[in-house]
Amino acid sequence: MPLIESGKLIDDAWARLGDDAPLPASDVPVIVSLARLRKDRDALVGRNGGLGVFLASNQHPKDVADLLADVALVALDFPKFRDGRGFTVARELREYLGYRGTIRAVGHTIPDQYLFLVRCGVDQVEIPEGKDAATWAHALTEITTAYQVSVAGPLPVARLARHKRAEHAA
Amino acid sequence: MSPSATARQIAPPANGLPSHAGIYHYDQMDRDFLTERVEQFRRQVARRLSGDLTEDEFKPLRLMNGLYLQLHAYMLRIAVPYGVLTSRQVRQLAHIARTYDKGFGHFTTRQNLQLNWIKLVDVPAILDLLAEVDLHAIQTSGNCIRNVTSDQFAGAASDEVVDPRHYAEVLRQWSTLHPEFSFLPRKFKIAITGSANDRAAICIHDVGLIAKRDAEGRVGFEVYVGGGLGRTPFIAKKLRDFVPEDELIAYLEATLRVYNAYGRRDNIYKARIKILVHELGIEKFRDEVEAEFARMPRAEYRLDPAIVDGIKARFASQPYETLEPISGVLARARLEDQAFNRWVRTNVAAHRQPGYAIATITLKPAGGIPGDASADQMDAIAALADRYSFGEIRVTHEQNLVLAHVRQDDLPALWKALSDIGFGEANSGLITDIIACPGLDYCALANARSIPLAQRISERFADLDRQHDIGELKIKISGCINACGHHHVGHIGILGVDKKGVEAYQLTLGGSASEEGAIGDIMGPALSADEALDAIGAVVGVYLEQRQDGERFLDTLARIGHTPFKDKVYAAH
Repeated sequence: MPLIESGKLIDDAWARLGDDAPLPASDVPVIVSLARLRKDRDALVGRNGGLGVFLASNQHPKDVADLLADVALVALDFPKFRDGRGFTVARELREYLGYRGTIRAVGHTIPDQYLFLVRCGVDQVEIPEGKDAATWAHALTEITTAYQVSVAGPLPVARLARHKRAEHAA
Repeated sequence: MSPSATARQIAPPANGLPSHAGIYHYDQMDRDFLTERVEQFRRQVARRLSGDLTEDEFKPLRLMNGLYLQLHAYMLRIAVPYGVLTSRQVRQLAHIARTYDKGFGHFTTRQNLQLNWIKLVDVPAILDLLAEVDLHAIQTSGNCIRNVTSDQFAGAASDEVVDPRHYAEVLRQWSTLHPEFSFLPRKFKIAITGSANDRAAICIHDVGLIAKRDAEGRVGFEVYVGGGLGRTPFIAKKLRDFVPEDELIAYLEATLRVYNAYGRRDNIYKARIKILVHELGIEKFRDEVEAEFARMPRAEYRLDPAIVDGIKARFASQPYETLEPISGVLARARLEDQAFNRWVRTNVAAHRQPGYAIATITLKPAGGIPGDASADQMDAIAALADRYSFGEIRVTHEQNLVLAHVRQDDLPALWKALSDIGFGEANSGLITDIIACPGLDYCALANARSIPLAQRISERFADLDRQHDIGELKIKISGCINACGHHHVGHIGILGVDKKGVEAYQLTLGGSASEEGAIGDIMGPALSADEALDAIGAVVGVYLEQRQDGERFLDTLARIGHTPFKDKVYAAH
């Protein structure tokens, strides 16, 4: 699947590792299920390659809280684009659990959700095969300001706060 | 200093919105945002037409712009933020109705305006016209935080503790394209009132807020959660007695997060927050919200009082004249004209400014379609608003309009002008002030027609002497179990059902959407339209026969119980 970050296509170095698949001998970074991570934690952490965990849409950040220090990537599943649980999970990972690694959205999302995903703390999005990455890149530019605070940093600005400035100016 | 010298005027922008109308006046950033949003939707429509977006993917995007596919055409639901409009905006709505629809619009229980005969290709152009006057259709549909509703008398009512419009505007901005809460399990409706007399029906919303003051006069919010109608009706339960003003956003974020994470997504009929609250129980749900609230970075979500002040400053205030509290002109006119006196009794409410009054324009003429107004009528009402109410018009959840700041001296002339356009009916709160959903005449979900039954009831009880004798009695009609017509909370509720392929109507008694909030009880088997009409006659008959001094319909029902009514209605069956 094509992968985008900051609106640009990037190479995907990560491999999904099935629950019963043997550990690769190479240092290729792997994404495993939460169950596999719990079961093989020592072996997985002991590898030189990167370690990521896949969270199904019914799994909560607190399920993975004690393991976050071991992983460099959390993949959040969007089984269908209308299932918006991942937005809350991403935000909780950033805000409550202080997770600073990569968050990747996988599964079914649409370009019109890209900006929301970024603002909730998602860095990378797997986009469906055959879709034009340019549409996704453009989606980041469509709305240049926002009314809420964002975990994505200073842009877009939280527009409620402008009233504070206006008040002080007046 | 006279009051007019201190009234805050927002400099009229290029689009000519009346500068003293009590709306939130957009700043440049609001306008830039709206322009971008319209462009975004224009591209989404183009992507749908090119096949880049499937209909399944396009659907939530168009819904978040208020666009439904109905039985015969697209329907566009235009947001009226917490029910307040300017005359310029109403004229633009009339212009759109004339140009792109059949020359009329339909005001809804969500304080919105629906246009029922829209073409998809015209929608971006319509959104451009709306944006010209700072209007839009954002989040009037879809599984997101819907446009916030409020008390139609906000900022004018004599019983108001806190003006809810300022906080409704905070919520409008906060909820607009919320990154985390735009793909919720289901729609999410917030209503806010700032008065002990709840005119915003907060008890039937996903979240209901009562703005109030603590002993030191500080503003805070009583929070209710899990109200809603549809096939599983619930009156909202109290979540917290007092959330301080600066914690409002944080507390709502916490509530929404619990819902987004745990709300059911396996069954559309069990996906509203009311089901989650019901299944967890209010205590457990409260524990979850409080836990979320406790660990949030609260400083980031703090609603700084300076922000609230900044928003308040963008609401114009009205240059009231200094007047005697009781108008001699009004008193004389009431004595001289019984018909006018009757209208004042039902359609005029107390204003907090001496010498002023709040006038309700019921869009319920005898035999009319509840909530419908033609483009010409909208223009006429806009002109009356300019003349008598600082260019401001309110929409009520009971599908009526309000001129909120009328000099008592002007009421006789206003009533005459309203009568000339067919909206002078003295029936606010009476049996013909019916709420009805669009029903099978328009809606793809409906089982039965609502509008023709509403019209027949309105004709049956057209006699104003009789209506005034009956007094407060609220009839609410829904064409299906989704309950857009609020039948569960009608004093008499009517639900359209499909009885082996035939339209039929199930009656409920004893519902209420006010601060005494209650879900009505089903009377008995569903009836044909003719039988339902007779049943309402029978119910009214029992009430008139049994009522004691000063009792409203609901009081008599509470005292004597449902049995005498049921017996009478079903005696012939």
